[in-house]
Amino acid sequence: MTQFFLGLALALVLFAAGGFVVHIVTQRKVIYRWSYRILFSGFAVLTLYLGLRYYDLGAAPVLTLKSSLVFFAWAVIGACLLFQLRFKLMVLSSFATPLAACLLIVSSALPGGEAIVKPMYKSLWLTIHVGTIFMGNGIFALTFLAAIMYLIQERQIKKKQFGGFFNRLPSLATLDAVNHYTLIYGFPLLTVGMVTGAIYAQYALGSYWRWDPKEIWSLITWLFYATLLHERLAVGWRGRRAAILSIAAFMVLIFTFVGASLWLSDYHSFKTLRGGMTP
Amino acid sequence: MIKFLDIGINHETAPVEVRECLAREETTSFRVLESFRNLPCVSEGLFVSTCNRVEMFCITPRPDEARRQMISLMARLGGIPEGEFTGMLYIHEDMEAVRHIFRVASSLDSMVLGEPQILGQIKEAYFQATREKTSGVILNRLMHRAFHVAKRVRTETGISDAAVSISYAAVELAKKIFHELQDKAILLIGAGEMGELAARHLMRQGCSSIRVANRTFERAVGLAKAFGGEAVSFEEIGPQILEVDIVITSTASRGYVIEHDLVKGSLRKRRNRPLFFIDIAVPRDVDPKVNTLENVYVYDIDDLRSVTELNMEQRRQEAVKAERIVREEVLKFEKWLKTLAVVPTIISLKEKAERIRRNELKKSLGSLEGLSPEQRSAIETLTVSITEKIINDPILVLKRKAERPSRDLYLDMARTLFNLDQEDN
Repeated sequence: MTQFFLGLALALVLFAAGGFVVHIVTQRKVIYRWSYRILFSGFAVLTLYLGLRYYDLGAAPVLTLKSSLVFFAWAVIGACLLFQLRFKLMVLSSFATPLAACLLIVSSALPGGEAIVKPMYKSLWLTIHVGTIFMGNGIFALTFLAAIMYLIQERQIKKKQFGGFFNRLPSLATLDAVNHYTLIYGFPLLTVGMVTGAIYAQYALGSYWRWDPKEIWSLITWLFYATLLHERLAVGWRGRRAAILSIAAFMVLIFTFVGASLWLSDYHSFKTLRGGMTP
Repeated sequence: MIKFLDIGINHETAPVEVRECLAREETTSFRVLESFRNLPCVSEGLFVSTCNRVEMFCITPRPDEARRQMISLMARLGGIPEGEFTGMLYIHEDMEAVRHIFRVASSLDSMVLGEPQILGQIKEAYFQATREKTSGVILNRLMHRAFHVAKRVRTETGISDAAVSISYAAVELAKKIFHELQDKAILLIGAGEMGELAARHLMRQGCSSIRVANRTFERAVGLAKAFGGEAVSFEEIGPQILEVDIVITSTASRGYVIEHDLVKGSLRKRRNRPLFFIDIAVPRDVDPKVNTLENVYVYDIDDLRSVTELNMEQRRQEAVKAERIVREEVLKFEKWLKTLAVVPTIISLKEKAERIRRNELKKSLGSLEGLSPEQRSAIETLTVSITEKIINDPILVLKRKAERPSRDLYLDMARTLFNLDQEDN
C-alpha cells in the first residue's frame, strides 16, 4: 500500500513539474494554478507515505539513500509551497518541482529493500535530528535555486542582452530577498539539526562528537552558511557575491549528504545505517 | 438592412494641425452626438476623439446619405473646407468598420502599437454615447465585444508587455532591479529634457524622493521645486551617491561626471545596495567601466534605445497574433448580427402562440367548473408545453438558417405560414 502512495506521489509531482515548465514557457496562469493544486496533492500523498513508513519502521525513514532522497524531495516541496505562500513567486515552483521530481526519480531507480531498524534508531532525537536537517536542506535548495535565477537575471541586465528569461524571472531585489530569507529560516534549522544530532550521539553512542567524516563535512557546510549569513547581516553582502556563495554552500551540502554518506562516512554511512538488508 | 460606417482621420492620414482642429474643444463630442440624434439616417452613433484620431462610427439604414452627412459634419466641426478634407479621411463599411473598431480598441491601429490608453478613451467615448442616448442594441453589443477583444489581445498576446519609450524602458529596468520603487531615491544630474522626463516617470511610479544637481544652481532649484524635491550643488554628487538608488544624468559635460573610482569608493558605505545609472547624455556622463562594479548597473541612451527597439519588434510579432484574434471576433460578431434578423420573427411567433393559448385556455376554463387549483395549474402547464413543443421546431429551423443565404426565404415562409405579418399589423 505504501508503495502505491509513493508511486502516486511521484506521478503527481512529475505532472506538476511538467505543468510548471509549461507555465514558464507559455506564462498561462491557469496552467500554473492547476500545477500548484497537483503539487499540493502530491505533497499531501508524500506526507501520508512518509507517515505510514514512520509508523511501519518505528523510526524516521532515512536509513537508506533511497528513502532519504524521498524525504529530501518532500522537504524541497514543502519549502517551495511555504515560500510560494510567502513571496507569491510563481517561477520558484518551475525550478523547485523539477528538482524534487529528479530526487524522487533517482530514489525510485535505486535498489529497494528495507533497512533493519536497530532499537537505537527508534528514538525521538533521531527524528528531530534528521527532520530539522532535512527541512533546512529543503529550504537551502530554494536558496540555491534563487541564486541560480539571480545569476541568470543579473547577467541579462548587466550584459543588456535580454533572453527569454528576462520577463519570466522576477526582479533582482526579489531573488535576493528569497536568498536572504531562505538563509534566515534554513540556518537555524540546520543548527538545531546538528545540536540535536550531537545530543542523540551522546545518548546513543556515548559521545557528542566522534569526528566522523559526515560530522566534519556537516560542520564545513554549517560554516559556509554561517559565513554567508554573517556577511549578509554584518557587512551587507548581497546580489552576485551572495548568490555565488549560496551555490557553493549548497554544493558542499549535497556532497555532505550523498558523498560523505556513501564513500567517506563511518557510522553515518548508509551501509552502516542499514545494518543489513532484508530481501 | 442595417449598415455600419466608420469615417475618420488618424496620425497616418492627417497632419497634427488638422487633428487639433477637430479635437480642440471639450464640447465637441457632445455636439457630434447631438447631431447624430437629430439625423434620421443615423440610428446609432459613436464619436471617438483622441490626440491621434478623430472618428465617427454609425449604424445606418441609408449609408450613402449617412456618409455625406458625417463628412460634412466633420468638416464643419474642424472649420475645414470639405474639398480639402476628404483626401485625409478613411472610410470603412460594414464588417471592415467592425474590424476597424476592434483594432482601434486593441490598440493595433495606434501610433505606439499596444499602448494601453486607447482602450480607456474608447470606453469613455462609448459611455458618452450611452449618456447621450445615441447607442442602442447593436452598438452596445459591438462595443462590449470591442472591449472583450481588447482584453483578449492584452491577455493572450504579449503586445503590451514591453516598454517602447526611453522613459518607460528606464522604469521597466528599474523595476527589474529594485522590484518596487516606492522607497527609492533619485538623483537627477543636469537639466536635460529627456532626463527630466525619465525622472518624472520614475516619480510617477512611486519613487519617494528626488534631488537635483545642476551646474547652474538656480536651474537646479527651479527643477527641484517642480518635482517637490531638493536641489544640491554639483560638488555634492559624491556624498549624494551614498544615499540614492537611481541616478539620471543628462548634462552637456564633455567628460565623465561620474567616475569609476567615485562609485567604487561608495559601494561599501552603501552596504552594497544596488545602484542604477540612467545616462541619457551625449557624450556620456558615466564612465562605462562603472557597469563592471558589483550591484551597479549603467544604461546609456543607446542601451535604452536598443531595449525599446527590441520591445517594439516583440510587439510587432505579437500583433500578428492579435490580428488573428480580431479576425476571429469579427466573424463571431457577424454571426450574431445575422441571427439578429430572425429575432423579430421568432418573437412574433412566440407571441402569437402565447396569445392563442391564453384565449383558448380562457374559453375552456369557463366551461370547466369545479376544478381544484391543482387541476387548473395542471391544465395551464399542459397548454404551455403543447404550444412550446409545436413552435419549437420552426424556431430551431429559423435559428439554423440565420447565417445561410436562404434565411430570407425561410423568414418569408414562416411569416406566411403562421400569418405573422397580418398579426403584426
